[in-house]
Amino acid sequence: MFEVRVHGRGGQGVVTAAELLSVAAFLEGRHAQAFPSFGSERTGAPVVAFCRIDDHAIRSREPVVRPDAVIIQDVTLLHQVHVFEGLRPEGYLLVNSTRGFDELGIGEFVRDFRRDRLLVVPATELARQHVGRPVPNAALLGGFAALSGRVSLESVTTAIGQRFAGRVAAGNIAAATAAYEFVRAEQEEMRNAQAG
Amino acid sequence: MPLQPIKFYQTGSFVVGNRLLDPDERAVQARIDRTNSLNCGHRACQGCGEALGARYALDAAMRATGNQMVAVNATGCLEVFSTPYPETSWRIPWLHSLFGNAPAVATGVAAGLKAKGRSDVRVVGQGGDGGTVDIGFGCLSGMFERNDDVLFICYDNEAYMNTGVQRSGATPPAARTTTTPAIGPEPGNVFGQGKNVPAIAMAHEIPYVATATVADLRDLEYKVTRAMDFRGARYLHVLVPCPLGWGSASGDTIRIARLAKESGLFPVFEAEGGEVTDVSKIRRRVPVEDYLRLQTRYAHLFGEHGHPGTVARIQAVADRNIRRFGLVEGE
Amino acid sequence: MLRQVEGSRAVADAVALCRPEVVCAYPISPQTHIVEALAAHVKSGRLSPCEFVTVESEFAAMSVAIGASAVGARAYTATASQGLLYMAEAVYNASGLGLPIVMTVANRAIGAPINIWNDHSDSMSQRDSGWIQLYAETNQEAADLHVQAFRIAEELSLPVMVCMDGFILTHAWEQVDTPSQEEVDAFLPAYEPRQVLDPADPVSIGAMVGPEAFTEVRYLAHARQMQALELIPDVASRFAEAFGRNSGGLVHPYRTDDAETIVIALGSVLGTIKDTVDEMRRDGVRMGVLGITSFRPFPLDAVRTAVGEARHVVVLEKALAVGIGGIVTANVRMAVTPERVSTVIAGLGGRAITKASLHRMLADAIAGRLEPLTFLDLNHELIGNELARMAAGRRSGPMAENLLRDLGAVASRIG
Repeated sequence: MFEVRVHGRGGQGVVTAAELLSVAAFLEGRHAQAFPSFGSERTGAPVVAFCRIDDHAIRSREPVVRPDAVIIQDVTLLHQVHVFEGLRPEGYLLVNSTRGFDELGIGEFVRDFRRDRLLVVPATELARQHVGRPVPNAALLGGFAALSGRVSLESVTTAIGQRFAGRVAAGNIAAATAAYEFVRAEQEEMRNAQAG
Repeated sequence: MPLQPIKFYQTGSFVVGNRLLDPDERAVQARIDRTNSLNCGHRACQGCGEALGARYALDAAMRATGNQMVAVNATGCLEVFSTPYPETSWRIPWLHSLFGNAPAVATGVAAGLKAKGRSDVRVVGQGGDGGTVDIGFGCLSGMFERNDDVLFICYDNEAYMNTGVQRSGATPPAARTTTTPAIGPEPGNVFGQGKNVPAIAMAHEIPYVATATVADLRDLEYKVTRAMDFRGARYLHVLVPCPLGWGSASGDTIRIARLAKESGLFPVFEAEGGEVTDVSKIRRRVPVEDYLRLQTRYAHLFGEHGHPGTVARIQAVADRNIRRFGLVEGE
Repeated sequence: MLRQVEGSRAVADAVALCRPEVVCAYPISPQTHIVEALAAHVKSGRLSPCEFVTVESEFAAMSVAIGASAVGARAYTATASQGLLYMAEAVYNASGLGLPIVMTVANRAIGAPINIWNDHSDSMSQRDSGWIQLYAETNQEAADLHVQAFRIAEELSLPVMVCMDGFILTHAWEQVDTPSQEEVDAFLPAYEPRQVLDPADPVSIGAMVGPEAFTEVRYLAHARQMQALELIPDVASRFAEAFGRNSGGLVHPYRTDDAETIVIALGSVLGTIKDTVDEMRRDGVRMGVLGITSFRPFPLDAVRTAVGEARHVVVLEKALAVGIGGIVTANVRMAVTPERVSTVIAGLGGRAITKASLHRMLADAIAGRLEPLTFLDLNHELIGNELARMAAGRRSGPMAENLLRDLGAVASRIG
């Protein structure tokens, strides 16, 4: 079982991100379960959504309290919500930002984490560029596919294509692909740095 | 023997001379093929205005629809006196659900019939004033607003008679009911703003709104028939005196209904799409006192300890109606 | 077709396949996605003939369904929480008139304090309304139960409430197999009403019944629910034959055969309980689970059989009968010796029921430490504070606000 938690704010497509991730996993023949933790689901309010992926039917309905991966769509939540709750050092962490972990003030927290499982992606910028709106969810899913290898980019883009139509679909697919490539490039750089 | 001309107001009804009319022009009730929708043997009180009104209204609706009709009934006198288990006075398909939901149930009947391809079957919802202007009002307004294909008829006897004469939103000012007793400095019901449901129905701009009384049954038949010319939401508000609740003689039901109209207290009119298209003029104007004095629910207004000021206020209401609707020729 | 889909959408699609002729819609969370999806089915012409009536209240929603059903139309609506209470009078009326309406209840708490999250307070409040009540464990079962519900309802002339946990199921995406129209048509015959308002054969429906026959009318309602005890498993097995899936029925026993302790619950929490029980089984604990799918009629014999010789029964309930405790428990105690049964109130107002909490509670149960009535994860400090405030002075203020102030920022918590 692989468990993902997505944090963001109402209007950023947090719930949709978890749903699309579940669809991507389903497209690969796996069982997946996505559900939101509804709070005050107004625009701008903190929102959490969950996604579980497994090879077997998923029965548990508890919130994801020990995530294998955390996706943070909005860094203003970092010091407001317990976004890292239950995340262990071997877990994946993907943050939507143009700044580094130290700059974000969580350098100390992630010190023991595996470097190859930590990444910041400028998802909002990619979304602005490709979708025309600062909705970072699709880009983050593309980045997450590259970072975790749990779902393929193709599955993510297929899921996006099933959910949206026309320009919105094309833009989000482009944003996801760009983020995927961005992460791949970062990983390459990291490997080269380790090798060198 | 010299001929003596009979004036209509002396009989108060166009029914006079019915037998002399061509069969096609006779009242529905005068026809051999009337449906007796609400059949005899029911348990209504002597002189019940509601039983009379419902019988005429539904028979007219049956005739207008070629007997393709379903009726929905709110809880109330009409429902209780017509269906004492295991008997029923209804010779039409008839459904009673609850007190406050008759307009919505009627909507459901219309929707179901439409889905079943039976739009030829028309729907009449009916209830008393409690089930219409008070507890059923939300459902009624919803039905109007959606313009569902329902004729809703309110038989207004101006209080909760089924439960023993309690005040409703249709109870007129100063009237005594068991919850507005005739005691204290302002005996009887309060002078509120009133709840004029025909006007509220018109504000929904539904295809057809009309008022009628059991004093002019030919007019009632006409209005039901006219209502059936329209599709969509229609509303008919019928004044039906209640001898028990109003404290009037059983034999005075029609007389009192006529006085309600002739005094101007109950304007009789038709409206289409929110605009008044016709009013029934007052034939011989009477002071409201003529109407009030026949009913013990107003007895406290008269006599040694009476309230002439209150009577004057009621007269002012009637005068306003006369002005507003142009009920008197030339005024 | 197997799809990854939102629970509400899966249910709406299943309902549409049942060809309802009148659908009444009034929005209330967490039910709303269902009627939204049905609106799209009707508006697009995929579901036709069907009248989609957007009513002005839940009371009207059920009333419209009553009218539609009485003219022989297949009628459906969905609601939750306050909406179910608001239509309660019509809920009783529909069953009293014997109209086979199917309604989804997206289970949600009842206020005050207002709360949009899941528990079973709403449908439990209507348990004696005369409706059949079926509780879904998964979205697949929720979808399937609707197909079965129309068949059960119409065969018995009784309305059926399909209860599915709000948000936890309605808003969850998981894989659901949606059958084809042909398959559903083959399983679900056209509605042949026992009574219908028809100008060709006028009847009066809804007459007043006095003391001389009221008991008999109520008895017949009970007798039909007793018939449902036979019909529900029969329809479930026919469904399994037709669709190759086990959904519905009266109860779902899980590893109960040799169990010394059996946890009884309804709805989606059964999955979490089963995972917990599997983990405990690995440690050698003889624990089983009994899911109750049909709460009305209550399957006394099936519960008795499934519980068997188990020493301890823990009823985990998402509703509270204030002033006494368990609601499901009271029913279970009719089936098994009362001394064996403990009540655990859990998940009220959407509080997450976690495996960690279940482990702690079940460990207590095995050790014989479980009280007859336990509130899972109760915050004693919060209660203590408020009790102290109430003891300190008369004007202690609004309780809910006090607790929230004590609790601080709730948005920072997960689960």
